Amino acid sequence: MARAVKTQRKLINTAVAWAIGLVIFFPILWTILTSFKTEAQAIASPPIFLGFDWTLENYAIVQERSDYMRFLWNSVIIAGGSTLLGLIVAVPAAWSMAFVPSKRTKDILLWMLSTKMLPAVGVLYPIYLICIELGVLDNRVALVVILMLINLPIIVWMLYTYFREIPGEILEAARMDGATLKEELLYILTPMAIPGIASTMLLNFILAWNEAFWTLNLTAVDAAPLTAFIASYSSPEGLFFAKLSAASTMAIAPILILGWFSQKQLVRGLTFGAVK
Amino acid sequence: MGRIQLKQVTKSFGDVEVIPPLDLTIEDGEFTVFVGPSGCGKSTLLRLIAGLEDITSGHIEIDGKDATDVVPAKRGLAMVFQSYALYPHMSVRKNIAFPMKMAGMDKAEQDRRIEAAAKALNLTDYLDRRPGQLSGGQRQRVAIGRAIVREPAAFLFDEPLSNLDAALRVGMRMEISELHKKLDTTMIYVTHDQVEAMTMADKIVVLQAGVIEQVGSPLELYHSPRNTFVAGFIGSPKMNLIGGAEAQKHGAHTIGVRPEHIDVVDADAGEWTGTVGVAEHLGSDTFFHINGTGLADTITVRAPGEVSFNHGDPIGLNPRAELIHKFDAQGLRIE
Ligand SMILES: Nc1ncnc2c1ncn2[C@@H]1O[C@H](COP(=O)(O)OP(=O)(O)OP(=O)(O)O)[C@@H](O)[C@H]1O
Ligand SMILES: [Mg+2]
Repeated sequence: MARAVKTQRKLINTAVAWAIGLVIFFPILWTILTSFKTEAQAIASPPIFLGFDWTLENYAIVQERSDYMRFLWNSVIIAGGSTLLGLIVAVPAAWSMAFVPSKRTKDILLWMLSTKMLPAVGVLYPIYLICIELGVLDNRVALVVILMLINLPIIVWMLYTYFREIPGEILEAARMDGATLKEELLYILTPMAIPGIASTMLLNFILAWNEAFWTLNLTAVDAAPLTAFIASYSSPEGLFFAKLSAASTMAIAPILILGWFSQKQLVRGLTFGAVK
Repeated sequence: MGRIQLKQVTKSFGDVEVIPPLDLTIEDGEFTVFVGPSGCGKSTLLRLIAGLEDITSGHIEIDGKDATDVVPAKRGLAMVFQSYALYPHMSVRKNIAFPMKMAGMDKAEQDRRIEAAAKALNLTDYLDRRPGQLSGGQRQRVAIGRAIVREPAAFLFDEPLSNLDAALRVGMRMEISELHKKLDTTMIYVTHDQVEAMTMADKIVVLQAGVIEQVGSPLELYHSPRNTFVAGFIGSPKMNLIGGAEAQKHGAHTIGVRPEHIDVVDADAGEWTGTVGVAEHLGSDTFFHINGTGLADTITVRAPGEVSFNHGDPIGLNPRAELIHKFDAQGLRIE
């Protein structure tokens, strides 16, 4: 009897989880479906779910009209570059906060997080002016630096949390065993923190990939990543939902595939502190 | 070589002075144990010697050389931590090799020492496992192995056995003692278990609130505790401390009698009388906790063998006069 109740519970839980999952995934699914419709079918009312004439013509047009590879390359450079640069800055910062905290460490962490509460548009004007002044508007390096700064609080916070899980005594043991600071970071801390570092990199890469506010405002042609590629299809004059969807699908496909293959790592990393 | 001297060493964390000025000399080859209640500063003192904490003032000398500002890696000391602190991502072999690798020792010598340590510590079959796949006792042996391969000037142990179960603890205690006899290297061992202190030490340092209460061999501490704190701390079960009129009879402010120095007799034949509260029959000994003597809340008595007094029985006690310790109003021993 008790067992029967349990099974029933499980069924309900599974159904609820699937329902929530579908609701969350539905917009993406709809975008992908729409990308295979004709423009007329895309705006048909009532909407057509599956029974339409599948076509690849949107993809052909999109590819013909704009150079997908160039946008993709910019996205890779901007997301990858800002992630790597962020790590170089954040690993030492998180190490010192986790293992040699000062009285102000907690305040610094909170202050860093508070910068995320500032609406980005509030600093658009000054940053825009600085970029003009420095002549780095529509420049990939500038975007790498800006996105790194935008995501830095999150990287430091995540790494700090992972490092805190590593018992200080292990690092002290390394020190007693004759390791210099460099050797301690290289042979002990980094190998032990690899799951945390990897998931931090992944999350940051995804965040930077999807970042639209700064990439749209600070790029035109040369440095424009996939977010700009999507935006170029949402024109106010005409309704090009199918093409817009095709562009969106092409833009999210790489990150979706990356996320799919690394989901185990990502989930493990994000719940590391909670389940250990 | 490993002669360690602390000269007027102090340590404060912020405004809190954890170690007031302290002098201590640990001779080469000596097995020294720091004991004291929780929070008295044992670990802090050990970490100051290790260099893991900076001293606030004073000097530390190792083999006559000032080591106060020397980083831990360069002090030539090895430490075994309570949590073992093994490197979880390395095999046992790599763990043991790590200090030698850091010292840049050649590979053949490393392997020779690993084999020797593994043999001595019964780890030969486990060299390729990760620490996570070992039992607590095995992990502690790996930690010891990692410490001995460097041939340090001194070993520092911070409660290395407190995570092990009782039976294993006794075994490891003897292994560490044997290791000390074999290597003849200075060892400093922190514990709050006074049985460990009594059985392992050449010299015991009793600490309270960062202050050294007494330094001496286990039997010196047992036979002539310098004050009431040491008297109560060393020995198990604890010494009975009695004040008031009974103490004045002996010309003291407080007298102390060890539970094993009180003979149990029938109620009418005893110098002191009371009733049995709890009787703990261990077979080899019987511990009585006796109430209603009018001397102290309870008097503890340790009688050899099986003695048939039970809860509620009236009982007589005869302390052995020559083994009564006397203390003055400041708690200091009166000879
Ligand atoms: N990093 C620190 N910051 C502030 N106070 C500390 C720090 N480390 C230790 N203390 C304080 O110093 C005192 C001595 O601590 P210590 O760890 O040396 O005690 P202990 O004798 O080893 O105790 P235990 O037997 O519980 O291990 C304690 O009161 C503790 O609160
Ligand atoms: Mg301690």
